Amino acid sequence: MLAMTYRGPQRVRIENKPMPEILHPQDAIVRVTRSCICGSDLHLYNGNVPDTRVGETFGHEFIGVVEEIGTDVHNLKVGDQVIVPFNIACGKCTFCKQELYGNCHEANPQATAVGGIFGYSHIAGGYNGGQAEYVRVPYADVGPMVIPSGMHPDDAVLLTDVVPTGYQAAEMGGIQKGDTVVVFGAGPVGIMAAKSAWLFGAGRVIVFDQEEYRLDFVRKFAQCEAYNFRSIEDPVVFMKKTTDSLGADVCIDAVGAEAAGSKLQTITGRKTLLQAGSATALQWAVNSVKKGGVVSIVGVYGPTLNLVPLGNIVNKGLTIRANQASVKRLLPKMIEHVQNGVFSPRELITHHIPLEEISDAYRIFSDKLDNCIKPVLIPPSARV
Amino acid sequence: MENTSKDYSHIKGWGIDADPKNDPTYPMRKRGNETHAGYTWERPPLQPENMEVLHSNERPNVTAVFGTSMPPKGLSGMIRRYAFQYGEGSFGHWLPLLVADRVNVVEGIVEDLKSGHVPNIFAERGMKAQWKYDRKGLLQGIAVAAAVTTAAVLLLNRRSED
Ligand SMILES: [Zn+2]
Ligand SMILES: [Zn+2]
Repeated sequence: MLAMTYRGPQRVRIENKPMPEILHPQDAIVRVTRSCICGSDLHLYNGNVPDTRVGETFGHEFIGVVEEIGTDVHNLKVGDQVIVPFNIACGKCTFCKQELYGNCHEANPQATAVGGIFGYSHIAGGYNGGQAEYVRVPYADVGPMVIPSGMHPDDAVLLTDVVPTGYQAAEMGGIQKGDTVVVFGAGPVGIMAAKSAWLFGAGRVIVFDQEEYRLDFVRKFAQCEAYNFRSIEDPVVFMKKTTDSLGADVCIDAVGAEAAGSKLQTITGRKTLLQAGSATALQWAVNSVKKGGVVSIVGVYGPTLNLVPLGNIVNKGLTIRANQASVKRLLPKMIEHVQNGVFSPRELITHHIPLEEISDAYRIFSDKLDNCIKPVLIPPSARV
Repeated sequence: MENTSKDYSHIKGWGIDADPKNDPTYPMRKRGNETHAGYTWERPPLQPENMEVLHSNERPNVTAVFGTSMPPKGLSGMIRRYAFQYGEGSFGHWLPLLVADRVNVVEGIVEDLKSGHVPNIFAERGMKAQWKYDRKGLLQGIAVAAAVTTAAVLLLNRRSED
């Protein structure tokens, strides 16, 4: 089967790999019909995530058709079209029981801090991902959900990560009616976070980014204010001035480790990898939120230390909430919102690219070429 | 400063998920007393461990399922084994892993050449797309790389003449 493989920083290619096999009674094999490249894949692509091994296949956002099931799979049958959440979760451990499916303790031997994720290096369990024709899906009874009839596949594939992650960013903010919400980052997740903030009753939604085309996009898609931080001397001062000098009620970091905007953070966090990513967006979030406010983090950071403004967090009595999205918990509600037309996630997809052109797809997404917001990959077996 | 109106009715779905009880402690409220019992849940069946799987020293064992994409091997594998002696939060763990990743890239090229495949770095880096959408950036990148290479060659030549 064809699969994307990682060969080194900014080097990926399509290769013939052996078909995945059932290795556990609760496994399923899924034939991929759509997969996406995600902003967090770029951390892998750039070689910034420790224990990313040559030959691995990326891709944690995919949907497909069940081709084969293990002896202990009961909720799925061969031929089902399924949405597969990006987190691999057992459904039995103490964390799964709390619906913290992103924090499962039985899916990732290599680390305890993060759960198992498809195609996200060995630090997330060493699973091959969905940027391929076929993929092994462990705990198939727990995560996957059958796609409701009539749902567009481009909508469905975004429910594996982007939509629930953006929604959970807003949910973790504990937004109350009338709140001013700031989202740092107008990538697909930031865009969905801004859109979701309204559903919790926000009174004002503001987005910061550095790409004009993304700012235009988010203004239209999420009906919010959007500003280019490159044309603002200090985004924190700007936020104070526009909120009666108090700050926003809720700030969302939808950027994570590869944030631009601060030279010190760029050098220590992105170029020399001396900290777990450039925490510029997080700095801005902490500093521009109101005292007693909430900072919600869904941007991905590496495992170890960061130059975090801890003093200000304590002094301001902030609540900081952060997690990988609990996709399975949110899926039923997300499906309902799509069916009622509250969300139309597929509008985020700007590029449909054949899986065979994976190297170019990564370049386009990574360099933000051709006004790319979100690319979706179509394997040859799904095109007939 | 621009401000939005107080009428949000134009936004489809405004306030439909509003819940004053959705305070920022929400998922934690789901925690019951049984969660204090520790590592006691009924574990799923265990995936047979017929390959080398490294596991965090912060847990006693391998998880019930695990990925099998690329078992550790060669020099990079030795460095990875060393890294897993250290906790997830320490430099001792993740700096060796990053070093192993770089070593692994070289191993990948050697492996390619051994199997008679010369990696097409130009294609792997997606330069066809860059040529199409960002010709200036690509040419600048090549110019910088050429300048750095030339400087390095000159420097090395001068050293060898000394
Ligand atoms: Zn993703
Ligand atoms: Zn679990």
